[in-house]
Amino acid sequence: MKKRGISRLKESAIKAFFFANGIIAILALIGIFGILLYTTIPAFREVNILKFIGSKTWDPTSPEKAEYGILSMIVSTLMVTAGALVIAIPVGIGVAAYLSDVAHWRVREILKPIIEILAGIPSVVVGFLGIVLFGPLIARLFHTSNGLNAVNGSFLLAIMALPTIVSISEDSLTSVPLAYTEASLALGASSWQTLVRVKIPAALSGIIASCMLGMGRAIGETMTVLMATGNARAFPHGFLDSVRTMTANIAIELGEVPYYTTHYYALFAIGLVLFIMTFAVNLIADIVLHKFQEREL
Amino acid sequence: MRKKIIQVIGFFILRGCMYFVLAVLLLFLYDIGKKGGGAISWEFLTAAPRRGMTEGGIFPAIMGTFLVTMVTAVLAIPLGMFSAIYLNEYAKQTRLTRLIRLSIRNLSGVPSIVYGLFGVILFVNILKFGTSILSAGLTLGLLTLPWTITASEEALKTIPNSYREGALALGATKWQAIRTNVLPYAIPGMLTGTVLGLARAAGETAPIMFTGAAFYLPYLPKSLGDQFMALPYHLYILATQHHAITQVRPLAYGTALVLIALVLGMNMVAIIIRYRLRRKRRG
Repeated sequence: MKKRGISRLKESAIKAFFFANGIIAILALIGIFGILLYTTIPAFREVNILKFIGSKTWDPTSPEKAEYGILSMIVSTLMVTAGALVIAIPVGIGVAAYLSDVAHWRVREILKPIIEILAGIPSVVVGFLGIVLFGPLIARLFHTSNGLNAVNGSFLLAIMALPTIVSISEDSLTSVPLAYTEASLALGASSWQTLVRVKIPAALSGIIASCMLGMGRAIGETMTVLMATGNARAFPHGFLDSVRTMTANIAIELGEVPYYTTHYYALFAIGLVLFIMTFAVNLIADIVLHKFQEREL
Repeated sequence: MRKKIIQVIGFFILRGCMYFVLAVLLLFLYDIGKKGGGAISWEFLTAAPRRGMTEGGIFPAIMGTFLVTMVTAVLAIPLGMFSAIYLNEYAKQTRLTRLIRLSIRNLSGVPSIVYGLFGVILFVNILKFGTSILSAGLTLGLLTLPWTITASEEALKTIPNSYREGALALGATKWQAIRTNVLPYAIPGMLTGTVLGLARAAGETAPIMFTGAAFYLPYLPKSLGDQFMALPYHLYILATQHHAITQVRPLAYGTALVLIALVLGMNMVAIIIRYRLRRKRRG
């Protein structure tokens, strides 16, 4: 009897151990949010929070009056992201549809890992190619002095968002019930009509979620935009302007800023804004995707 | 007839999208391969940088990336596996479990620079590890965690329930069943997924920029408390921060090639193992 008690105790201990590891993800997420929030608070003792978000001037090292406005960076981030999505969404859905409906299954088996390779290229290498490969190309194409601008960043981010969009869209296209496809074909629709009018609408929530996830990735990407967009601090007026995104600004300034100054805390505040933005985008994607999975069952 | 033409055009466009992506990928690999290949030599791979990084090699950066990835692995592999075991073997469909899964998915969407900020505060400042291999590795470990958990869980899911039931029916406790009848079959798959996560971590720059990577350090780190050179950060420096950018461009290309070979090599190994495992299971 006693032995069984010990063994039961041991089982509970093991279960508790795995449980402690199981909730690590929640703790990490709360920890990140908490630490960002905690480090951000001192910044708003000196900076008005509305001015922080609404002002275009970011000049924390000015000797007369330091300015902490991140609107230019927010707009830059959104601009580069929007540009990336304009390229990545149609191409991504096109590739996904090609893989699910046009390609022979053998071709598909080869192409899917190749797209995964694209996802595996480190962002710093993509940024480097933005400087040495696409920069000069864009400069020649649009007659700008150098090609380090929002267009360059958008193009590279599109490439980086593609694998996410392709793989999730393709998954949701392939999981459209076969009966839908067969019914459509039996009514005399062509494969193309079936794809466009039946399969894509049926898979729409998955496709939308994939685009949201791609968007989240583009908003949070650091090295690529840091290297390829030129990092001018001014408010951007067009896609050929050099822009500085929120992520790039943190990367540029955190290395030089003295610890525990308002400027230092303000950089963490940018991080918090970034965290909240990507969190919201990912959460919406998650809800949309969840709906889609529920309907499946 | 018209229907047919539209279909041909439509499929042609879809095919075009695929070709476009393939062309970009090939262009990437071709450019890096061609210009980087010229820079690679035995000396480049085994010597330290000299004369303010305008000559010499990248050996300290290779070693730095290797060491930091080891720290990442030590944190992320066990935590990821244990967490996955809880989720797949113990957890019931409760609100808490859904919350855990939601957190995992959201963690994988947190920008890498935000992980860097978190690492600066928690590992560098609060835990006083300083800017070091340890801080950078732990930061990357946290970043890798959502991927290792998901990959490990995928591996556990492929083990048929009959394996567990067989052990339980013979009177084994839950843990005995997991240990003897689940883990031995799941571990290869778990490791495969984990290698994919580690490959991504090895290529990350933003999280290590402020937690331990050094601008220029022409010797090897002596302990986990030292700063280190890392391949991705070294490439960033050579590409944008160096005083003689055009002069070091070949070195930058060489570094990019080594980095891409390392990361894609790890990916390739994982993908091949996974492919074989799937085949075996089917066959």
